[in-house]
Amino acid sequence: MRRRPRVASRIFLALIYLFLYAPIFIMIVFSFNASKSRSVWSGFTLDWYTELFSDSMIISSLTTTIGVSVIAAIVATIAGTFAAIGFFNMRKRWRSPLLAINNIPVMNADIVTGVSLCLLFVSLGSVLKYQLGFGTLLIAHITFNIPYVILSVLPKLRQMDRNLVDAAMDLGCTWFQAFYKVIIPEIMPGIINGMMIAFTMSIDDFVISYFTAGSKVQTLSMAIYAMTRKRVSPKINAVSTLLFLFILLLLIIINVRQIRQEEREKKLRTLKSK
Amino acid sequence: MAKELIRLRDCTMVFDDDVVLNKINLSIKDNEFLTLLGPSGCGKTTTLRIIGGFVKPTSGDVFFNGVRINDVPPHKRTVNTVFQKYALFPHLDVYENIAFGLRINRHEGRRLSKDEIHSRVMEMLEIVSLKGFEHRDVTSLSGGQQQRVAIARALVNRPKVLLLDEPLGALDLRLRKDMQIELKRIQEATGITFVYVTHDQEEALSMSDTVVVMDGGVIQQIGTPEDIYNEPVNAFVADFIGESNIVDGIMIEDGVVEIFGKKFACLDAGFAPNEPVDVVIRPEDVDIVDIKDGMLTGTVTNVTFKGVHYDVIVDFKGFKWLIQTTDYCPVNSRIGIKIDPDGIHVMHKSQYSGMFGDYSSYSAEYEEISDAELEPEETVSEDKLYEA
Amino acid sequence: MKLKYLSAPYIVWMALFVVAPVIIVVVYAFTSAAGEFTFDNFAKMGGYVSVFSRSFLLAIISTAICIIIGYPVAYILSKERARQQRILIMLIMLPMWMNFLLRTYAWMSILENTGLLNRLLTLLGLPAVNIINTPTAIVIGMVYNFLPFMILPIYSVIVKIDRSLIEAAQDLGANAVTVFRRVIFPLSLPGVFSGITMVFVPAVSTFVISQLLGGGANMLLGDLIEMQFLGAAYNPHLGSAIALVMMVIVMICMWLMNKFGAGGEEAVML
Repeated sequence: MRRRPRVASRIFLALIYLFLYAPIFIMIVFSFNASKSRSVWSGFTLDWYTELFSDSMIISSLTTTIGVSVIAAIVATIAGTFAAIGFFNMRKRWRSPLLAINNIPVMNADIVTGVSLCLLFVSLGSVLKYQLGFGTLLIAHITFNIPYVILSVLPKLRQMDRNLVDAAMDLGCTWFQAFYKVIIPEIMPGIINGMMIAFTMSIDDFVISYFTAGSKVQTLSMAIYAMTRKRVSPKINAVSTLLFLFILLLLIIINVRQIRQEEREKKLRTLKSK
Repeated sequence: MAKELIRLRDCTMVFDDDVVLNKINLSIKDNEFLTLLGPSGCGKTTTLRIIGGFVKPTSGDVFFNGVRINDVPPHKRTVNTVFQKYALFPHLDVYENIAFGLRINRHEGRRLSKDEIHSRVMEMLEIVSLKGFEHRDVTSLSGGQQQRVAIARALVNRPKVLLLDEPLGALDLRLRKDMQIELKRIQEATGITFVYVTHDQEEALSMSDTVVVMDGGVIQQIGTPEDIYNEPVNAFVADFIGESNIVDGIMIEDGVVEIFGKKFACLDAGFAPNEPVDVVIRPEDVDIVDIKDGMLTGTVTNVTFKGVHYDVIVDFKGFKWLIQTTDYCPVNSRIGIKIDPDGIHVMHKSQYSGMFGDYSSYSAEYEEISDAELEPEETVSEDKLYEA
Repeated sequence: MKLKYLSAPYIVWMALFVVAPVIIVVVYAFTSAAGEFTFDNFAKMGGYVSVFSRSFLLAIISTAICIIIGYPVAYILSKERARQQRILIMLIMLPMWMNFLLRTYAWMSILENTGLLNRLLTLLGLPAVNIINTPTAIVIGMVYNFLPFMILPIYSVIVKIDRSLIEAAQDLGANAVTVFRRVIFPLSLPGVFSGITMVFVPAVSTFVISQLLGGGANMLLGDLIEMQFLGAAYNPHLGSAIALVMMVIVMICMWLMNKFGAGGEEAVML
């Protein structure tokens, strides 16, 4: 590698990272700003954080968000895992179109998914006398979470040695025992990853929640949206700082797990080659 | 006298505290088929990559036609490589893969014209017997076909030296044997120097003009296939090439060696009187005779039918010998053996003495994997070789 | 019991909540408020040509900028040492997981007339700029939000290029520029296609970015749809028609990506 291009590319990279992180850091810095301005610094304060914790709207939207995300993640993980196993054991003729349909919520623009679900709920709702609310929100979240779980579990199934199940049955397991003694442990990393991704996507979602939650229920993102449209308040900055730290933590955990897993696989490979 | 093309002088290669090559000295001549032979990890691939320019030796020099080329990058060397996994460009068809080097280089000082490129590529396709495959997608070809495209792609640039990194490893046995003959023929026809890397000693013996046996980053022996086979220089070479019985002996004087307390006539000389030596006797050089005619007596412990001959394991005072013979001997029978003087080869003792040559039931590898205390070695992964 | 039946519950779910909504949208798109079959909704869309063209134009510009910035980033990252690569990639991904409302909001404080950018410029003695509430602000917002979605697929494809292919090219006489031109670039194109899809689709359908950074004047398709469903001009039929058009766009992009793209899964996953 020649020296000079390297310096230029380093500067370029640094600028890009600056571009990506400057707004975030500005947000964080101004969350401690003593005045309401988001661009004039007037001193350090933790007021906005304390106000945040006493803002009932924020707190309730936070509980809603966590509630939906946790439930949706769990349901999606279970359903997605079963679905992935089911798809994996299908013939290609059935599997390909089903996987294509499965990918629709992933590939579609958020707004289309949100709007289509909204229409569904509204038309069904008028028949079933059911309104938009936590239930529809939950259904929507589960719907867009399951594909991510499947996309996470399916590759692990593909990597799994098919002979393992045969070996288990050969040694006396029923198909059910083979299932939870052999298949599940093998794909567990995929399941856990899928669950974490589903959870993160739910926490982060705005557009789909916006169209399916109705007027009585609000997620954190929706609350933030309302805030950004109305008054300027550094409470938003405080929220984003906290969210940033939370996501950072989550990503670190996911990545550390991935690193550990890769090192384990590397060790297995050198042992096997002996 | 053939001219020297490539010279490696005192080349040492250290990766992460691992000495992969230790002061290698090698001279490669014009129009020569030279093979680097050894077990995995011996440094043969690293040596090849040093010649190709993909890796710089930690110390030592590389010369090409007398010029030091340590700092010359691969794309400026008149050397071409056939990679182990072929490394064919998946986004180009057969024709474009082969033409790749022609399209970017200035050959003989000028850019080649479309017609020249076309005629050279077609000529190459003919040489590797792939006429008609020009527009095929390389990923759809079989292993043997891909390999021939890789060879064509390298040769079409008319390099002075062709480097081949275990190119036949992924092929079926039959195809491998055919390709060995093909490669030898191409080398003789083009006069290009081939530097060939393999761990398969049979391959090395059948194709090469010169064999370089390596182990642990050190060259153990350089010679013609016959020399290496008939006169291995130490127990490692003796064991690596063909089957060998290696026993402790004492060189009484020139022409006389003592093993198991018996004196045998042999053709070797130049050792100190009564020097402890390693004695190599090839299984096919041992004749089975009646006990009364035999020079040594032993008990047959194992007989395996191999088609061409029987593999007979005979116990001589606790040391197991392998004898290859067309005579059948029943297990547990007592037999005598006779060895002609030219069937005995004497070598100096080395760090390898005692490690090989005994045909007890299990090989060293088997003992290793049965040992619970043994830690698995960290083999230098191939990725590290590419990172340098 | 056959394992494949394990997916039966999900298949039912998909029918209800993935397929049915799409069908309903199609139905609404082709019906009027009175319930009759009509092409009216599509005709009405014609009145919004400016919205369509603005959405497409801005999305295309943003995608192009993302490629111009993102490709070099992906390439440079792929050349780093392994351990640093992992950290650097994680740093690219981290903003992606931040709530995109907040990230867009952050730009408001930078770009508004009394915002940080102008304060910096006046400090340096340069004239203040009026970027907020213009299409430029929207483009900046889009590029900021979607750049990682371009970088990651390209990066994951380049990094998977077999090292020995590059060595083979060098062996055959290619210098660094030629290696890039003839080997790395052609092989990286699938990543670029994935990146284009992953940037263009959200860019053309966003409504938050245009509202926060573009003000009311620069309406995009997303705003238009939102208005039809939850806004003042309640017309789900028109909204469905527009949504249908958007779905078709997405399907085209999906088809393109399947045919030519690669490396998209990694970016979607993490």
